[in-house]
This record gives sequence, C-alpha cells and structure tokens, in this order.
Amino acid sequence: MQGVEKKSLRDTYGAILAEIGEKNPNVVVLDADLSSSTRTSIFASKFPDRFFNMGVAEQDMISTAAGLAAGGKIPFASTFAIFASGRAWEQVRQSVCLSNLNVKIAASHGGITVGEDGPSHQALEDIALMRVLPNMTVIVPCDANETAAATRKIASTYGPVYLRTSREKFPLIIGKDEEFHIGKGRILRHGSDVAIIACGIMTSKALDAAQKLEEEGISAGVVNMPTIKPLDKDLIIQMAATTGAIVTAEEHSITGGLGSAVAEVVCESEPVPVMRVGMKGKFGSSGKPDELMDYYGMSAASIVEAAHKAVALKNEPARNGRAR
Amino acid sequence: MKLVNDAGELRKIARDLRVDILKMLAASGSGHTGGSLSAIDILTALYFGRMNHGPNIPKDADRDIFVLSKGHGAPALYAVLANCGYFDKSHLGTLRQLNSMLSGHPYSPSTPGVEVSTGSLGQGLSMANGIAMALRLDKRKGTVFCMMGDGETQEGQIWEAAMTASHQKLDNIVGILDNNGLQIDGWVRDVKGIEPIGDKWRAFGWDVIEIDGHDMPAILSGIDKAVAVKGKPCLIWAHTVKGKGVSFMENKASFHGLTPTQDELAKALVELSTT
Ligand SMILES: Cc1ncc(C[n+]2csc(CCOP(=O)(O)OP(=O)(O)O)c2C)c(N)n1
Ligand SMILES: [Mg+2]
Repeated sequence: MQGVEKKSLRDTYGAILAEIGEKNPNVVVLDADLSSSTRTSIFASKFPDRFFNMGVAEQDMISTAAGLAAGGKIPFASTFAIFASGRAWEQVRQSVCLSNLNVKIAASHGGITVGEDGPSHQALEDIALMRVLPNMTVIVPCDANETAAATRKIASTYGPVYLRTSREKFPLIIGKDEEFHIGKGRILRHGSDVAIIACGIMTSKALDAAQKLEEEGISAGVVNMPTIKPLDKDLIIQMAATTGAIVTAEEHSITGGLGSAVAEVVCESEPVPVMRVGMKGKFGSSGKPDELMDYYGMSAASIVEAAHKAVALKNEPARNGRAR
Repeated sequence: MKLVNDAGELRKIARDLRVDILKMLAASGSGHTGGSLSAIDILTALYFGRMNHGPNIPKDADRDIFVLSKGHGAPALYAVLANCGYFDKSHLGTLRQLNSMLSGHPYSPSTPGVEVSTGSLGQGLSMANGIAMALRLDKRKGTVFCMMGDGETQEGQIWEAAMTASHQKLDNIVGILDNNGLQIDGWVRDVKGIEPIGDKWRAFGWDVIEIDGHDMPAILSGIDKAVAVKGKPCLIWAHTVKGKGVSFMENKASFHGLTPTQDELAKALVELSTT
C-alpha cells in the first residue's frame, strides 16, 4: 500500500469515543493506567465524571464494567489487547459473557505491530481467546475509518464486544462514511482463482498480494472480514465455491483466529484447500513493526506464497481424483 | 416488600429458610450446604428486614441490590428469593436439574432476582462496585450489598476491588464477610490465613463493623450502621459458623459441598423444629 495515507486506529477510537460520549450520557469509560496509550484520555478529559481509571487492575476493571452494565450503563473498557484478553479472560467469561452484559472491551495494541515492547506485549492469541466465548462479538478493523464506524456501531448495539485496534497507523482502505455491519465481510477485489480473506492490517497486505498475483496471471479475490464472530459464513462459502482455494491472513496466531474460523466453515460446508497466513506457533520478539511482520511471515509476499500453495493444492490431480 | 423489624420474627423466618435450604439440597443431591447455612441469618435480615426491594419494583427504581459474590451459597439466595415472591417456591425442588431456573450457582439470565452471575470466586465485589457506580451516576438511592466468603478473600481481585471502592469513595456499597473460618480444604487459617481481617480492610480504606453473624439484633444494627457510613465503603465483618443450625454440620469442612442424606435431613428437621 505505497502512497496510501496512513491513520492511527487508536487515535480514531479515542476521538470517536469522546464523540459518542457527547451524544449518549450512558456511555462510561474505564481504563487500567493506559489511557494515554489507548486514547481513552480524550474521553477522560471531556467527561471526567464518566471516566474511571481502575489502575493496574485489569480483572477488577472488567468485572466493574460488568457491574456498570448491570446498572444500565454502556461501559467501554480499554487496555492493551494482551491484558484485556489474557489477564482478564475469566472475568470476561464469567462477569461479562455469562450474563450477556453490554460491555465493550476496546483493546488497543493488538498483534505483533506493537513492535519494540516485545513478546510480553504482543497479543497473538486474543482473537482465539475471545472467539470461543458465547455471546461475544469479535471485531478487528482494518483501518481507522473502519474503526470509527465499528466504534459507533457497537455503542448502539446491545451485547459484549471485543474490538481490537493497534498501536501502529494502518493504510486507509475503507471509505470515510461507510457504515459498519456487524457480522458482514466485504469483497474488496474480485478474483476467480483464489480468495484471500483477511482482517486488520493484513487486509491491506492482501490487496498488495492480489496485485502481485495478478501480475503473475493469478486472479485473486480479497475479502475484508472485520467481524471474526459472528462470522459471515455465507460469504466464505461463496468464495470457496467460486474460487476453489482460500488463503486467510491475520496478525495473530494461525491457531484459533480468523484462519481457524474460516477453515471451520470451509471444512463443514464447502471443502477446498485453506492456507493460513499468520503467526505460526511462536512468540514474537522486539523489533520494528514492519521488520517483524516480514520476519514472522505476515507480509504480502507470504500471502502470495500461500496463494500459490492453495492454487496448486486445488489443481492437484490426486485431490481431484479424491473429490470425484 | 413489607419489612419485618422484629428480631424474633426474623429468626423464625431464618429457621424456615434453613428448612427450605436443606430440603432443596437433599433433593438435588449436590450443592453447598455449610456456606448456605452460615449466610442465611444475614440474608434473612437483609431481604426480610432491611432491603428496599421486591419482585415488582422496576430495575431502574431506587432500590437496594444484593450480590452473592460467594456464589456457591446459591441455595440460601434461592430460598430467600422464592419466599420473597421472585418465583414460585415449587422451583426450589428443581435445583441443579436440567432446564431448572435454579442453576448450581447464581445465573442472572435464568433466575428472577439474581442481579449478576457469580460462582467464580473473587469477582462479585468488583461487579457490586460497578453497580454502585452506576447508581451514583444516576443519582439513584439504594445500597449495594455484597457478600463474600472468608476463603474467597484469598483472591487477589477482592483486594483490587477493595481499593476501587475506597478510591471511588463508594459509600453506597456494603461488603459483608461471612467469616465462618472454613473453606474447602479446611480451616482458612491453615490453608492460607487472612488475618488480621479488620486491619486489612481498614488499611484498604474501609470502615469495619464487627458482628456475630447469627445474632439477629446485631445483624440488623450492623446493617443500619454500615448503610449510614459516609464518604467510604463499609465492611460488615460477620463471625459465623459454617453449617449453623444443624449440630452435626456445624464447623465441619466436609459439609462444605456435601448435601444431607434423607436420614440426615430428617434429623436436621427435628433439630430445627425445636429451635
Ligand atoms: C475462582 C474459584 N476458585 C475455586 C472455586 C471452588 N470453590 C468453591 S467454594 C470454595 C471455598 C470458598 O470458601 P469460602 O469463601 O470461605 O466460602 P464458605 O466457607 O462461605 O462456603 C472454593 C475454593 C471457585 N468457585 N472459584
Ligand atoms: Mg468460609
């Protein structure tokens, strides 16, 4: 995505949150001593009475948010993705999801693009952890505009949500005023040989990969899939049926995240090869975000390679034999 | 709900609720007996003697709210809720069965009168704080009462929440410690001691009122004093006996998660009928 404007997802989240707070007095915000990083500080300075800094106590923060929701408020709780999903996982399960309370967990600093802080701060398991929870909606926006639309949408939609944003700025690929539809993916580029299904930063990398594949004579479609749960099964089945080969791409472990979710649908409904691009059973390390993405195989080049494999698998005679 | 102020009357209600608890547990064959019996006098004082509540009060009205953080004490809560008219008493016989509205631990989506789901120890005080914060934002009158087990306070989150309540100066929350001295593996002091209890809570910014958790007038006046505390949260530190009211269950760690056999039930009912 050379030459495309980049914008911060967390800055956008913070700004939109303050805007929502203006319109809806029931919106309250909690943070765990990271408000300057998650950008809930904007809301905090505008609405100090509706902002609660819970200190370095993520478990308490999530359960308190559940209580606020039980009391009729719409709490947005923010911290880094690793702590929101990891440290407080059982609070998310027991205090929030079990009672289906209207808590929005808006986690910043998802994925490996956290960069220099290193593996302790790089959430590569959070989508998996949140996706297994009944009642939970899991959203991973691909850019700042989608973050804005998703933040507005979840504020006005009942139920627990995990919204994952990032530390880094991502290229803008979604239109500014497009509405967010929970549970819907969207075809950004049509293609007939293989479909790349991506979320977060990997959506823009998928567009780059599709461009390269086209230059090689391979027609690759690209689907942006910001809602991991509930998943847009119809669209996935349609892509599998029309292309016969799927590649998934996520800034997350290939175990349990978008790739797994897509594979589950494909296996059950429209079996075709699925290649998953993402973190492969490892922890990350310190480094510059772009460097790390390349190093750990979450680049446009990795997607191209995976697409080759998926197309080759689809065309393998043995496979065709088995299918018949 | 029309409230009762007479301690003798409340004692009678508590005795009848003990009967309900024991029958419910004997019928289900599983569930937590000891901690239900240690808590029931306090629950009786709250629900029948002090709390502004009732099945027909709208959720967003000025009202008092109870959170059973030690969720395994569910039988005590269910007995109270049924007798307050939140649901029909016939449901008590279905405790822990498939499709029953009475789950093994309090589960708000299925049971009228249960405010939040608990059962995973250590989370209730945080949720109660959140409710208290919501009440305060809406300028609603009402106190949030949150009962914890003594073993439960070994959970770190309890202390995170204790800090939150005092930092937020929540004086519309009252914590209640069911200090029966026992947890599953034995005496709390042997498993991992929590003393000095009063000093700890005071150090965390709470007022502490120490009472005998089975002395009805003491419970009532403890609640009144706790509700009157201004500018900070208050803990009612209730000394209780696990299994209270049935001699062969009292102070027995084994009756934490054991239910009475039919024989034991019969014996217990005889004992209770003479008190
Ligand atoms: C987080 C969590 N860990 C473990 C348990 C299992 N458990 C249920 S009751 C209990 C002991 C609780 O002791 P206490 O709080 O003193 O309760 P009481 O004596 O009033 O029954 C334990 C460990 C649980 N429910 N939740
Ligand atoms: Mg105990």
